[in-house]
Amino acid sequence: MKRIYVNEMWCLGCHLCEYYCAYANSGIQDMVKALKDKQIQARITVEQRGTISFAVNCRHCTEPLCIKSCIAGAITSKDGVIVIDQSRCVLCYSCIMACPYGALMPAREGVMQKCELCTTNSQGQPACIQGCPNKAIVFEER
Amino acid sequence: MGINYLYPPFEIIRNQDRCIACRVCERQCANLVHHYDEDKKRMTADESLCVNCHRCVSLCPTRALKIVKTDHTFKENANWKTEVIEDIYRQAQSGGVLLASMGTPKEYPVYWDKMLINASQVTNPSIDPLREPMETRTYLGKKSAKITRDGEGRIITSTTGQLKLDIPIMFSAMSYGSISYNAHKSLAMAASELGTFYNTGEGGLHKDFYQYGKNTIVQVASGRFGVHPEYLNAGAAIEIKMGQGAKPGIGGHLPGSKIGEDISATRMIPLHADAISPAPHHDIYSIEDLRQLVYALKEATRYTKPVIVKVAAVHNISAIASGIARSGADIIAIDGFRGGTGAAPARIRDNVGIPIELALASVDQRLRQEGIRGNVSLVVGGSIRSSSDVIKAIALGADAVYIATSALVALGCHLCRTCHSGKCNWGIATQNPELVKRLNPEVGSQHLVNLLTAWNHEIKEMMGGMGINSIEALKGNRLMLRGIALHETELKILGIAHAGQ
Amino acid sequence: MHYVMIGNSIASTACIEAVRAIDAEGSITVIGEEDHPCYSRPLISYLLQGKTDENRMVYRSEAFYEENKVTVMRGVRAQSIDREEKTVCLENGISLWYDKLLLATGSSPFIPPIKGLEEVKNRFTFLTLDEAKRLESNLRKESRVLILGAGLVGLKCAEAIIDKVQSVSVVDLAPRVLMSVLDDAASEQVRTHLQKQGLRFFLGDSIAECTPNEALLQSGTVIGFDLLVIAVGVKPNIQIALEAGLDVNRGILIDEGGRTSDADVFAAGDCTEGPEMIIGRKTVLALLPNAYLQGETAGTNMAGGTASFDKAVAMNALSLMGLHLITVGRYEGTSHLVPCKDGYKRLFVKDNHLVGCILVGEAGKRSGIYTAMIRNKVELDSLNFDLICEEPLLMAFAKSVRQQQLGGPV
Repeated sequence: MKRIYVNEMWCLGCHLCEYYCAYANSGIQDMVKALKDKQIQARITVEQRGTISFAVNCRHCTEPLCIKSCIAGAITSKDGVIVIDQSRCVLCYSCIMACPYGALMPAREGVMQKCELCTTNSQGQPACIQGCPNKAIVFEER
Repeated sequence: MGINYLYPPFEIIRNQDRCIACRVCERQCANLVHHYDEDKKRMTADESLCVNCHRCVSLCPTRALKIVKTDHTFKENANWKTEVIEDIYRQAQSGGVLLASMGTPKEYPVYWDKMLINASQVTNPSIDPLREPMETRTYLGKKSAKITRDGEGRIITSTTGQLKLDIPIMFSAMSYGSISYNAHKSLAMAASELGTFYNTGEGGLHKDFYQYGKNTIVQVASGRFGVHPEYLNAGAAIEIKMGQGAKPGIGGHLPGSKIGEDISATRMIPLHADAISPAPHHDIYSIEDLRQLVYALKEATRYTKPVIVKVAAVHNISAIASGIARSGADIIAIDGFRGGTGAAPARIRDNVGIPIELALASVDQRLRQEGIRGNVSLVVGGSIRSSSDVIKAIALGADAVYIATSALVALGCHLCRTCHSGKCNWGIATQNPELVKRLNPEVGSQHLVNLLTAWNHEIKEMMGGMGINSIEALKGNRLMLRGIALHETELKILGIAHAGQ
Repeated sequence: MHYVMIGNSIASTACIEAVRAIDAEGSITVIGEEDHPCYSRPLISYLLQGKTDENRMVYRSEAFYEENKVTVMRGVRAQSIDREEKTVCLENGISLWYDKLLLATGSSPFIPPIKGLEEVKNRFTFLTLDEAKRLESNLRKESRVLILGAGLVGLKCAEAIIDKVQSVSVVDLAPRVLMSVLDDAASEQVRTHLQKQGLRFFLGDSIAECTPNEALLQSGTVIGFDLLVIAVGVKPNIQIALEAGLDVNRGILIDEGGRTSDADVFAAGDCTEGPEMIIGRKTVLALLPNAYLQGETAGTNMAGGTASFDKAVAMNALSLMGLHLITVGRYEGTSHLVPCKDGYKRLFVKDNHLVGCILVGEAGKRSGIYTAMIRNKVELDSLNFDLICEEPLLMAFAKSVRQQQLGGPV
C-alpha cells in the first residue's frame, strides 16, 4: 500500500504541508477563504527545533493501536487506510493516548481528526505531498 | 551611517486580501525580508533587503505576493541612467570594485535572435522525427582527416579518446564551491541519465561524485585546485580552463568563508583560506606552453582522455583557436561574453569579450580555411537559452554546446544575480547547509533531464523540418541560417545570407 | 473448528477479528447476556449527554457479523462449562460444543454492604446500557443525585447527568478524586475543575447508613437524595470459570497468550487477571484497550496462530467536563514534575525507562509517544530526555530511530 514517508534531510520547515492539508480538508474551494484569519486545522504536524524539521502524520500502521483503543469504534481500517468516523467520535482522547506518533489531534468541531491520505476529501492524492516543495514527504509503495 | 543614496529597486506587493499569514515567505527568505507583525496580525516586508529571487513568490500558496520594479525615478537622462548613477553612489560609498553575478544584463545584440532557421518546402522533403530515425548523437574529439582501410578494404574506425554525447548539449563548468553540493549532484545525476557530461569547474571532484566519473569532465585551471592523478583519471575528459566568458583576462576568488570542510578537502586547500585562481596560468605564455600542459595531461591519463581547452571569446579568437587546434588539444570550448559566473567584477563582465555567435563563426571559418577543422571539435557556450540557439550554434559550426545558466534556471535559479552574496534562496549558489538542502537533487536532476529531453525533441523537430536527419549533417551548414536585421559586416562574419536572399 | 465466546463485548469482537484473520471457515458463536448488540460500555455516559446514541454505540455493524459468519445469541446467559465434554450449557437449556472457548464475561459493579441500602428504591449502578437508560428515565430537573464513588465511573456518571438535575453530590472514602489513577496534585486540579462546574464532593467520607431518601455519612453529615448511584468499583465476573475449576484469583488467570489453566479455554477483558509488563505480575486491568488486545491475542492463539500480549499496562484516557486526563503505566521510581502552561504533567522513570505518566489538560497532546515509550521500554539514555519531558516529540529520538519511525515499514 502507498504510504507517506518522510525524508527528513529534505524538509525545509516551511510548514506548507500543514496549510495544504488544512485547505484540502476544509471542504472550501478557495484556499484564502478556507484559511485566512483562522487557526488552521492540519492533520500533519511539522516538528521543528533548530535546524532539524520533519513532518509527522498518520503512518497507517498495520497494527493500529488507535483502532484498538477507540472506545467508540469510530476508527477503522479501509483497505489499509485508517479512517475516523467523526459522527461516532466522542472526543475521549483514547486515540491520542495510543498513537505512537502523536498523529491524531482534535478538530475544531469537538471531534478528533487524523490523516486519511486524502481519500475522504476531493484531493485524490495527499495534498501535503502535492504541496511539499522539496519531496521531503513522498507518497509511495515501499 | 551617513545618507543612503540608494532607494530599494523593488517593491513587494502583498495582497492582504489573499495573504493567510502562513509565514512561508518569512521562513524561506534568507535575506530576512518578511516578518509577521504580531500587533497588526499581518505580514510585512522590508523591501530594501529584497534581491527579487522570487522564492517567496513561488512558495506563497495563495499567490498573495508579487515583486515589482520601483517606479521611484531620477530625472530622466539618456546618458546618466539610473544604474550608472547608482553605481557611482555605491563606489563612492565603498571604494571597491563592483561585484556582479551571472551573465551581463546589458542590452547587447543577441545574434541568436537575429538568425532564422530554414525549412523544407516542395523541392526537398522534410522528415518526421516520430516516424523516421533522427540522430542527435555526436562525438567530440579529433577526427582523422584520412580514411584508412584494413587489408580487406574495411574502414578502420577509431573512436578512442572521443566523447560520446547522446545529445549535443553538455553542462559547462561550475565548481563545487561556486555552486552547492546538491546543485552539483543534480548536474551529475542528470548528465549520467542523459548520456552527456557535466564539468567540475575549478573546484575539484568531491569524493561522492567519483561514481559519476564517466559523465564528468574534470577541469584544470590556473589555481590547480583539487588536481591530482586520481582526479584526472576519474573523468571522461580533461578541460584546461584558460578563460571564462564572463570575466576574460582575470582569475577567480572564492572567499574563505565558503571554504568549509568538504570544499577544503575537495580543493586540497586549507580550511577557510581564500581560494584565489590567478589570472593567467603561470606556466602558459604561448601555444607551445599550452601544448606542454595538454601533453602532460595526456601522459597522466595514458592518452585515453580527450583534452579540452576552454577560452573566453575575445577579439582575436580565431587566431587563438588556430593555435589551440595545433596544440594537441582535442576540443576547443569557447565561452561567449554573455556567459554566467558566480562572481565577477561588473565592469569586466559587462564590457570585456565578444558575443559567442561571432566568435564561433569566425573560428569555424578560420579552422576550415587552414584545413585544421578536423583537428578539434568546437563546443560553444555563453548563454545558450533554448533548443533553437543550439540548432543555430551547430549550423554555425559548433559540434556541441555548453549550457550552465539554462541549467541553473531549470534548478530554480531566478537570475536575481546575487550569487556572490552566498545567500541563494534556491540552494544553488550557496554553501549554507540550511539553504543547500532546499535543492533536493532528485527533484533538481529530474528538472534538468526534463529540460534537455524537451530540447532534444525540439531539435529533432527542427532538423526534420530542414530535411536533415543528423547533427553531423547540420554541423556548419550555414545555408540553413538567414540573418534578420543584420548589416553586411555581421552577415559576413557569421557567413550567412540575409533573410530573403 | 467451533469457537464459542461467552460475552458479547469488545474482547470477543477483537477475538472474532483475530480468529477470522486466520480461520475463515470455523463456526463462531457468541453468547451475550445483554439483549443488545455489542456496544462500548464507556459510551454510556456520552449517551446520557447526547453525544452519541444507541445506533452509534454499536461497536461493529450488523454486516460485520454477516461477513464474518458469526452467530450471536443475545439475551441469554451461559450457565456452566463442562471442560471434559467441552460444552457450554446455557440457561435456556441449550448446550454448545466447543473446540476453543473464550471467556469474556466482563465485570460487575461492586455493591458495598451499607445499612439500609436495600430500602433505597431509586438505586442505580452505572456500568451497562440498561442501567444507564433506567437512570436516565428517572432523572428529573429537580432530582438530587448522590453518587457513591469518585472514581472513573462515578465521575463520568456525574458529568453525564449534571446538566439534567438539580444537584449532584459525590461521596468517596478516599480523600481525593480518582484516587486510583491520579496523584494528589492532579486530583486536586480535577476536583477544583469539577467543583467549578457545580459538583459537590464529600471526600474521605462514606455512607454509614441509608434511608430511602437520605444518606448519613460517617462524618455525621446528612445528604438528602432522590437518586443514588453506586460506583465504588467493579469486580471481574469469575463465577463460571471458578465453577469450571479454572485457576482464578481476583480475575480469571491468563498468560500472555490469553490462555487460562485449560489449554482450550481462553479469557480476555475485564474478567481476567493477566501479566502486567511493568510490575511483571498478574493484575486486573479492566480497560477497553486492554480488552481489545487480550481478545485479539486470544483469538489468534485459538485459531492456531501465535500471539503474545506482553505489553499490558494501565492506560486511561478520560475527559471530564472539558478537562482531559491521560494516565499510563505505574507511578514508581523517580518522578519528574514538568511545569506546564495549561495543565499538569508528571512522568515516572525507573531503571532508565519511562514507566508512567499523568497528564492533565494540554499536557496530554501527542501523549501516545509517551505510551509507546512505556510499552516499548525505550532506553531513556538513547534519546533527548529533557526535550521529551518538555514535549512528546519524535525529535527527541535519535535520528536513526526517527528514520525508522517515519520512513520505515509500519
